[in-house]
Amino acid sequence: MTNEAKNDSLLKVKDLSVSFATDEGEVQALDAVDFEVKLGQTLGLVGESGCGKSVTALSVMRLLPRPMGKINGGSIHFEGKDLLKLTPDEMRQVRGNEIGMIFQEPMNALNPVRSIGDQISESFLLHQDITRKQAWLKSIEMLDEVGIPVPESRVFEYPHQLSGGMRQRIVIAIALACKPKLIIADEPTTALDVTVQSQILDLLQSLKEKLGSSVLLITHDLGVIAETCDEVCVMYAGRMVERAPVKELFAHPMHAYTRGLLSSIPRLDGIPKTELSTIDGMVPSLSELNSGCRFAPRSGLEHSKEQIEKRPGFIEINPEHWVEACPVCLSI
Amino acid sequence: MTAGEKILEIEDLRVHFPVRGGIFRRAVGACKAVDGVTLCLKRGQTLGLVGESGCGKSTLAKSVVKLIEPTSGTIRFGNKEVIAGEAETNFRKSVQMVFQDPAESLNSRMTVGTIIGEPLDIHQVGDPKERRHRVLQLLEQVGLPENAIKRYPFEFSGGQRQRIGIARALALNPELIVLDEPVSALDVSVQSQVLNLLMDLQAELGLTYLLIAHDLAVVKHVSDMIAVMYLGKVVEMGPMQEIYENPAHAYTKALISAVPVPDPTLKRDRILIPGDVPSPINPPKGCAFGSRMNSPKYEQSIGRELKVKQLSEGRWVLDCPCCVDP
Repeated sequence: MTNEAKNDSLLKVKDLSVSFATDEGEVQALDAVDFEVKLGQTLGLVGESGCGKSVTALSVMRLLPRPMGKINGGSIHFEGKDLLKLTPDEMRQVRGNEIGMIFQEPMNALNPVRSIGDQISESFLLHQDITRKQAWLKSIEMLDEVGIPVPESRVFEYPHQLSGGMRQRIVIAIALACKPKLIIADEPTTALDVTVQSQILDLLQSLKEKLGSSVLLITHDLGVIAETCDEVCVMYAGRMVERAPVKELFAHPMHAYTRGLLSSIPRLDGIPKTELSTIDGMVPSLSELNSGCRFAPRSGLEHSKEQIEKRPGFIEINPEHWVEACPVCLSI
Repeated sequence: MTAGEKILEIEDLRVHFPVRGGIFRRAVGACKAVDGVTLCLKRGQTLGLVGESGCGKSTLAKSVVKLIEPTSGTIRFGNKEVIAGEAETNFRKSVQMVFQDPAESLNSRMTVGTIIGEPLDIHQVGDPKERRHRVLQLLEQVGLPENAIKRYPFEFSGGQRQRIGIARALALNPELIVLDEPVSALDVSVQSQVLNLLMDLQAELGLTYLLIAHDLAVVKHVSDMIAVMYLGKVVEMGPMQEIYENPAHAYTKALISAVPVPDPTLKRDRILIPGDVPSPINPPKGCAFGSRMNSPKYEQSIGRELKVKQLSEGRWVLDCPCCVDP
């Protein structure tokens, strides 16, 4: 790869803003979000529901629901080209081919009336110049790769004949069929049991290493983040509040929201029956956001009028450790 | 009523659902959702029930609150067997349930006041004025504003809706509450609020909880005892701390090791369980977990009646040659 030497970033998202038209007027789902995925890296996006994790993933894939969703500004550079400037045809060549996506609910991501062999073949037929027969054989190979036993006969089956974990393996097989350079996994294990979750995470890790791809992993589970990611972005109400390498983030969370999130999860090694620390209130609705520090109402810390109205900067406070610099929420 | 007294005893409970087939839709087989469960709950305690989906946790919960009639076995509540008649009315008052998804378990066309007051209406507790007073009291108890009484469920967030569900369960002053995945639909920051509320209520009202959850960290945090279920059977039961520190059954070991720990500096040896839970309609002949793990000792378990092995006071494991070290 030629651009590897110059720049090791594969996906660079800059100042991305997305809004949705709703009954209550336009709401801002993403407010100038910045991040990058480096080559061979797993980047985790973590946050609560409504913070904009999935919207980020859909924007990168240019799959925002139309006409409600609109990208208002910013750029998404993938291998040097701006995805937002591509024509729909050009984008179709990227989707599934260079960027693969794994969805949360495998039953919804698969077509119930087509055999799984058909569905995996589809990605080959769309992006590669091969015959149906070859695509079918490659699908069988792909099934073997994602650990489906007896792929030669499974390939004829339909999604309803498989268990949840197997279905997610099929979704992974479809996403990885064309050996994408970037894999976007949107809550890939949320619908699964812990035991199956660990199987799927292991599979994702080994395939990622084999293909040399990068992964953008979206999850709300900090345990999953700790076990799989190299770097983490914490999102809150449409903004990035903190970004750091995983060990750094768990050892020195600097933003009040990150600290609140980390301390409110019950842990297997915690002391049972003690009061869990909580974050007051609830995730704010996107239609009633203030322009300054958005965590202010829940932080339990006194914010001045200016801090609530003026947006704090996103600064690199330590090498590689970025944080939204609201002077009240930030503590070093 | 003293703490430590047995409040609920389940003995050899079986719930089998008929599998119908053929032209006359005759029962051609049975889905053994719960297959011989024996459990005992002490007053004031929390029993955590864990296991993968399809292992029978929710069926067990539903049969405890008598939403499903068990095929065989007995459920004794406060030393009395629960049968039809007056005993059943009392039982229904003293055992309540909180459901998983608060968006689905609250009637969206009723006001919050009607929802919480409904159990009081059904059991004809007090006059309307007293009922209203009780509803307000309940709202305060679960941390909701007084004006919620006239609002509808859609006006509330997920965490608040779960509070409404909890208030409804508390309305009749129950002794036992069955919590079926009470926090799994909630966000992390809200989850801890609801867990704190549940722990506070337990301390305040001396409630007994049967908590069903798939999140082991949640279960560990709030439970005194834990029962691990696999394919309709409880494979291990005992005090939480002991089971967590020293699991006896291979399935418990694997389950604990599969939970992701939010600490990136920790590198653990994970026990990977291949495949999925086998179907309860056509279970393996021998030990269900041994066959999933391809245990070399699986052959020994075929045709053998699995017996309970007592390890210590209140702690036992389903003794099986392939899953438990002798």
